[in-house]
Amino acid sequence: MKTRKWFFILLIGFMILGGPSTSGQDLMDILEEEIPETTSMVAATFKGTRIGTGHSVETRKRGVLEFLISHRFGRTNGGFYELFGLDESNIRFALEYAATDRLTVAVGRSSFDKSYDGYIKYRLLQQSSGAQSFPISMTILGSLAAKTLKDYLPEDKPSLGDRMAYTAQALIARKINENLSLQISPTYIHRKELFAPGDPKHIFALGMGGRMKITSQVAINAEYYHNFNPIPSISPTNALTLGIDIETGGHVFQLLLTNAITMIEKSFITETRDEFFKGDIHLGFNISRAFHLAKKERRSQW
Amino acid sequence: MQLLHIVLWFLLFTLTATAQDQFITRNGYISFFSHTPVEDIEAVNNQVLSIVDIKTGEVAVSLLMKSFQFEKALMQEHFNENYIESDKYPKATFQGKIMNLKEVLSGEKGVATVSGELSIHGRTNPLTMEGKITISDRTLRFEGSFMVTVADYDIKIPSIVARNIAREVRVTCILDHHPYP
Repeated sequence: MKTRKWFFILLIGFMILGGPSTSGQDLMDILEEEIPETTSMVAATFKGTRIGTGHSVETRKRGVLEFLISHRFGRTNGGFYELFGLDESNIRFALEYAATDRLTVAVGRSSFDKSYDGYIKYRLLQQSSGAQSFPISMTILGSLAAKTLKDYLPEDKPSLGDRMAYTAQALIARKINENLSLQISPTYIHRKELFAPGDPKHIFALGMGGRMKITSQVAINAEYYHNFNPIPSISPTNALTLGIDIETGGHVFQLLLTNAITMIEKSFITETRDEFFKGDIHLGFNISRAFHLAKKERRSQW
Repeated sequence: MQLLHIVLWFLLFTLTATAQDQFITRNGYISFFSHTPVEDIEAVNNQVLSIVDIKTGEVAVSLLMKSFQFEKALMQEHFNENYIESDKYPKATFQGKIMNLKEVLSGEKGVATVSGELSIHGRTNPLTMEGKITISDRTLRFEGSFMVTVADYDIKIPSIVARNIAREVRVTCILDHHPYP
């Protein structure tokens, strides 16, 4: 009889404490368990499709046409006579179209050497976190450039093929945290165009770059390309670019200091001759404006 | 023997009671809409988690900010990267209570007043909203909308895009729950 009484007391106690009176926090705990394990792609490793001069792993989303205007002034150590480099300029216009989220095709034209260039950029691997995480992003780039400047004697006009250069790059990056991203860019350049008969046709370089986000709109970037077999006849230097990214809505504005006056791979990696630390610094900028040509498909249930 | 009966009846009672009390959805709909003379921005999230306990009137809603889909990919990137900081604050949650539970359950009124706390971007503010509610044995549907003041949640909009993003955005939710578990 006594045990039975105790049992009832326990039972009532249990009813009060453990009965079906769930609080808001308990409901939140239920939801916590219901969250599906998702994989999220790491976005915005860099703000722009360029770190400074060279490409970043970024491609635009499907249907985005980017109009990119890049500008490099002359050497800032040119003095007042050259208005600190502002008299001279190299400009590149380009249309860069994202056919898919992974594939971008582009054409561009630079005033320097009156060069035309085109590239295909494909996002092979994307860094992700969550259920199926992956540590790095990798984008491959193939570009070609043709020099059309008439800097030859009329009697030995080279064929177009002899004025071409091809570049293959593997862009490998990791967004370390929300502010810091790092990239390495092994590069191979095949030059048809030679300055002197003994010049190498196959040039290997390694690019290194990074960005540090300062505020949500502003980031600083640095990029350096090390050339392993520079062309002996022109004794080139390695390209170094320091820059600031400023992002506003559909624009990315990049303000740069660099020793490279050109913006296409074969050119700034193998033909740069200015020395950054001797003051041969060019002021430059990249401005991009994104146009959305295709509307994003949306899974709408309502 | 008698004791065992009591225990079994008790367990049965509590278990069935919970089963009927709680309603859940894993693919609720929440959208927000920002209107300015410059542009309209809309984003939709179809993976909202929501649970309602009609015994207590308690409500909990949770969603991942990254699941909001925008029309323009760049907007989505800026939303996650620059404004909401989804890596730092991945979720938005709401915890609240149906204030007029009796009226709602008796079917006198199809409009529920829900009062609680909304957390976005790591900040929490009180929120009261009204919405149409329909409850049956198999479903609990809630449709409501409310305004959110962007500045209340410490979401910084840079002056350069201030004309494109409204100070107050309208949030609309349609949550079709079914019995849990």
